[in-house]
Amino acid sequence: MGLKTSTLPFNERIAAAAQDQFAHASIAKAQDTQYDKREKARAELGHWQDWRKLGQSIRQHVLQYLPDYLEEFSDNVEKRGGHVFFAQTTEEANHFILDVIKQQNGHHVVKSKSMVTAELDLDKKLQALPDVSVLETDLAEFILQEDDWDEPSHIVFPAIHKDRNQVHTIFQKLGYTGDNDPKHMARFARQYLRERFLEADIGITGCNFAIADSGIINLDTNEGNADLADSIPATQIVVMGMERLVPSMKEAEIMDNLLARSAVGQKLTTYVTFEGQQSVGESDGPANFYVVILDNQRSQALGTEFQEILQCIRCGACLNVCPVYRQIGGHGYGSLYPGPVGAVLSPILGGYEQFGELPFASSLCAACTETCPVLIPLHNLLIKHREVETDRLKMMHGFTDLQMKMVGKGTASPFMFNTILRFKHLGLAPWTHQRPMSVTNFFAYGGAMITNGPGMVSGWTDVRDLPAPPKHQDDFRVWFKQHKQQRGDTK
Amino acid sequence: MKVSIFTTCMMDLISPQVGKDMVEVLERLGCTVDVPEKQICCGQPTFNSGYVEASWPVMHNQIDALAAIDCDYIVCSAGSCTAIMKEYPTLLADDPTDPNGQYMAQAKILAAKMYEFSQFIWRVLGIADCGAELTTVATYHRSCHMTRLLGERETPFWLLENVKGLEVRQLAGIQYCCGFGGTFSVKESAISELMVTAKVSHAEATGAAVLISCDPGCLMNIGGRFNRLGKPIKIMHLAEVLNQNVDERRIRKVSEVPTPAPAPFP
Repeated sequence: MGLKTSTLPFNERIAAAAQDQFAHASIAKAQDTQYDKREKARAELGHWQDWRKLGQSIRQHVLQYLPDYLEEFSDNVEKRGGHVFFAQTTEEANHFILDVIKQQNGHHVVKSKSMVTAELDLDKKLQALPDVSVLETDLAEFILQEDDWDEPSHIVFPAIHKDRNQVHTIFQKLGYTGDNDPKHMARFARQYLRERFLEADIGITGCNFAIADSGIINLDTNEGNADLADSIPATQIVVMGMERLVPSMKEAEIMDNLLARSAVGQKLTTYVTFEGQQSVGESDGPANFYVVILDNQRSQALGTEFQEILQCIRCGACLNVCPVYRQIGGHGYGSLYPGPVGAVLSPILGGYEQFGELPFASSLCAACTETCPVLIPLHNLLIKHREVETDRLKMMHGFTDLQMKMVGKGTASPFMFNTILRFKHLGLAPWTHQRPMSVTNFFAYGGAMITNGPGMVSGWTDVRDLPAPPKHQDDFRVWFKQHKQQRGDTK
Repeated sequence: MKVSIFTTCMMDLISPQVGKDMVEVLERLGCTVDVPEKQICCGQPTFNSGYVEASWPVMHNQIDALAAIDCDYIVCSAGSCTAIMKEYPTLLADDPTDPNGQYMAQAKILAAKMYEFSQFIWRVLGIADCGAELTTVATYHRSCHMTRLLGERETPFWLLENVKGLEVRQLAGIQYCCGFGGTFSVKESAISELMVTAKVSHAEATGAAVLISCDPGCLMNIGGRFNRLGKPIKIMHLAEVLNQNVDERRIRKVSEVPTPAPAPFP
């Protein structure tokens, strides 16, 4: 569907995610497994905090000189005989790609995993072409394709929400007769895909990093499908976001290290490929090499308070540590880019009207900021989005807005706050009930609880009980005054 | 040593006992404690919700109030509020209502004096054992802001190790947020519910009778969910634990106990 992966409203997506017991268990298990692998791989490298700073400085340097590096990369691709197309919009990118396929008389497209082509909704556009077949060859993407183009729910593990039994059912439709052992199913997929690779005439791949000084691209994969997609078909189309550059191989090596350890907890991915236009004397590689460099609103973040999000290398570590992602999964976010990075990026790429809820779908626990290998202050960028929506765009309306403004006034004025302290117990009395308590010592004076509070408090009491505030005479400050007198302070 | 208590709006509105225990513990350890009268709140409820313009006056009031009383240190009952007050100098850099940087200058002085309760006791007072006794099985919930923004991962565990009679069991999934997140718990209650329910399950699975934390917000959230589900647990702030059955003869300095292991969890 492109950037937006669901037509349901936010609260319905959350409700659906809450119901999906299987996805819950599967995501939690994957997060825990990745936690161990990732921390181990980072510890093995040593000096992890220094590596993060290095990664950050490389990414910030590239963003600072982005026009220069884009030009250098583009020149070097063309020097090698390849072609570069700068697409400002998804429409321009799709138009160019479909044109290339037509020009090259392509009929069989094989794709390796690429988030940017998903952003383009390219698969749907390719399917609409007569006489052109399209096949996702990343195992997880292949599973999603064969499940009637189910939407991905993770940027590194797109089918994280499916288990082996679901995959088994999907594969049976393709003629698979074996059991649900992942190894057997993977072997089946391998054979199925291999036959199609051999007849492919167009390969479409993503790009982990584009090397500016040599005009080649760097792909990190674990399945080898990207290598087949870039070496068998005569034509390769690389699709990349405009920020995914590194100056040279030296920086690519560092970024690959950070990426593999953060994304999959490996020293390096099984295949670390550097490739481009086939040059004279080479026996494989694409004879026709095209690179599509997509803006799609990314440049809107340049030079703004959101620029740091462009440092992202799509490792997905922030998804893997996020307690919100753990509960609602990728589909809960309703964006191709879920999790903390998605909550920051989606409103930039797709606007606040579509993705304005996402920056609020975070408890600001900062697990994302803590794990990011290139030091993006993700939770602070979420607050920045909230500020833009609230203070600048005035998107908050109604009673909640009024209450928040009252909170601002009440916490800025000692006079008002003292009045609140005096009347808080009485003020909430209409909603306060004596009820049997299972929790002891729960800040509760007289065991009174608020179970269906007014206004914003109802958000709290929908889910949990609220201890009734103490009477003014029991307040800490009242106690402290008496305590001081007893202590013998003259003041 | 003169210590000001940073009360937090939570302590004023919901949890006065935490303040009383804090004062008693700190006085027992030799501090002269005072409570600056005009202080209210660190400003997170509005700031983190995007009401940034409305938050500057809140922060200014807090700075004025805390700066009004002469003290060597400021001690807070919540890791989260401590963390944001340490971040004030960074936040105020964007404050258009402080053009001459007066508040920024004060904020830097205050930030340097600011400590969360447990870290103040261990790292500043150098006290390892407050002489407390609590014979029970407990588990400790580590708050996200105290761990990640304030960077304090260890002192609560170290202090609990020295409470006589107390067994602390590891909470599975300790790195995951309990779903409080200030106004998040109210605005995104459906997501928050899933998170706090997971936390309740993990706490239950430890078999602990007591859930301890250094952030009253988290305790109010997890405790409130326990109560809604009708499940039993006792909720305690660390200050309450350190003020239980105290025998002053047991008080020991950090130099008198074996060096504790680094943070038990990442």
